[in-house]
Amino acid sequence: MLVEQIKEQLDNKRSDDFESLYIFRGDIVGIIKKERLIDLCRFLKDNPNLKFNFLSMITAADYLGKNKKRFEVVYSLYSIEQHHRIMLKIACDKNEEIPSLTAIWDTANFQEREVYDMFGIRFSNHPNLTRILMDDDWVGHPQRKDFPLTYEAPEFSHNRGNVELDDKSPDREIF
Amino acid sequence: MTRKTMTLNVGPQHPATHGVLRVEVELDGETVISAKPIIGYLHSGIEKNMEAKTYTQAITMTDRMDYLAPMSNNLVYVMAVEKLMGVEVPLRAQYLRVIMTELTRLNSHLVWLGTHATDIGAMTMLLYAFREREKILQVCEFVSGVRMMTTYFRIGGLAKDVPEGFDTRVKDIIDTFPAKIDEYEGLLTENKIWKNRTIGVGKISAEDAIKSGLSGPMLRASGVNWDIRKANPYCSYDKFDFEVPLGKNGDTYDRYKCRVAEMRQSLRIIRQALEGLPHGSYISKDYKIAPPPKMEALKNMEQLIHHFKFWTEGFSPPQGDVYHSIESPKGEIGCYIVSDGSNKPYRVHFRPPSFVNISALNKLVKGHMMSDLIAIIGTTDIVLGEVDR
Repeated sequence: MLVEQIKEQLDNKRSDDFESLYIFRGDIVGIIKKERLIDLCRFLKDNPNLKFNFLSMITAADYLGKNKKRFEVVYSLYSIEQHHRIMLKIACDKNEEIPSLTAIWDTANFQEREVYDMFGIRFSNHPNLTRILMDDDWVGHPQRKDFPLTYEAPEFSHNRGNVELDDKSPDREIF
Repeated sequence: MTRKTMTLNVGPQHPATHGVLRVEVELDGETVISAKPIIGYLHSGIEKNMEAKTYTQAITMTDRMDYLAPMSNNLVYVMAVEKLMGVEVPLRAQYLRVIMTELTRLNSHLVWLGTHATDIGAMTMLLYAFREREKILQVCEFVSGVRMMTTYFRIGGLAKDVPEGFDTRVKDIIDTFPAKIDEYEGLLTENKIWKNRTIGVGKISAEDAIKSGLSGPMLRASGVNWDIRKANPYCSYDKFDFEVPLGKNGDTYDRYKCRVAEMRQSLRIIRQALEGLPHGSYISKDYKIAPPPKMEALKNMEQLIHHFKFWTEGFSPPQGDVYHSIESPKGEIGCYIVSDGSNKPYRVHFRPPSFVNISALNKLVKGHMMSDLIAIIGTTDIVLGEVDR
């Protein structure tokens, strides 16, 4: 199905779910509210015309100082039968929780853990929301924009107090 | 009677885990009750590092994820940037991209076959596979100067045209390779021990595989016909005639057959691309995003400015974000790029197929013997550099 047709169909049937729905570089992008995520995903997956049955990617981006709500969680859904793709985006703040998609797709488990690990965005109803790439006792979330690229946490305890932090921005809450 | 289970730690430093993967296995006798992959030992912040580099510089980081198929990683990244900017890539560059990515697919499958077979007792395979891999690495070195970290694909085309003698070298590989695959199959396909170790091991149904996000041969072995090269053709893949090998049972043996059949198809694609290789430019002529030829920069004021601007400042794509995915040897590799209008990517994220495939390990291994765990880690074909990034 053509992207325009999918957009039209979604515009007709589910316009309430989308804050905006547009086509960018040949892909459909929908900005949605987090409350609608689970319901919308179930619809996209089960609708016989759309069949977005494959959750291909979950990630996030940090728009510190750029957007009103700091983070944006991004989902990419794909239809294995019909070969089309849709991108869903949810704006969220630091303390907001996003509903987990693990009930619909098992693959959401690891990918949501990665988003939590890298950005500190929490997912509600996730079976095991723990760090995945960083150490369990790691402080901070490395992909946040206020996490400096050059800084490395002192690995040894003997000089932990002496290591000076060069970044003192007020938004920095990692320590 | 109380039921006692034992927790066993496999890895992170264990040759059969193909890198620094740790698996926490709960065992009842020798039967696996659950297996929890613990990853992150190789995390090197590639995505974060790319945010501090210009779009061209960042290509070098992508090689280091899946180091067995660096060209696939290059390709998905440069294609995502090209999509963001709407760049037209010359046909010759597209064909050469196809040849090189298919060669790296062979490379990746060879290492998988060698290590996977060694893991479950067929020691000879590794030597055979590495013998052929060497030839492919030599071609990589021939075109890019480097065996593994090639950075050969650039935004808009390639780093440089292939040197003279490229086609004879590639032809040599595709002419001799089919007989080598027959050799591997002669060793394994009907081998009784091999069949005993792989048939029915790590079975996953098509429905479960889709739910778990599996892609590539892992998914196709369960009978799901999804290959991005066919489904959403990129780089002129629609011009080549090839088949997508499918399995039926979704077990380790089917995945083996799928990947071996894929190697034959890759050879077919390379042959067609080599025969139809068009003449022309190897990189876009838009000098805002691709460097002009050096000789022109030395003679022409305009090109000198372009040359200088490109190598010092780079270029700035318009604001926006795109996701692009291609078929890597391991499955769907995707790249999500956010541009804020500056000369560095604001955010880069990769959807690594290895990372997603290993997340299904527990489902694959539950109820099997401990020794099957090794076979199943082998069959998921992970590269820890890509899992952890």
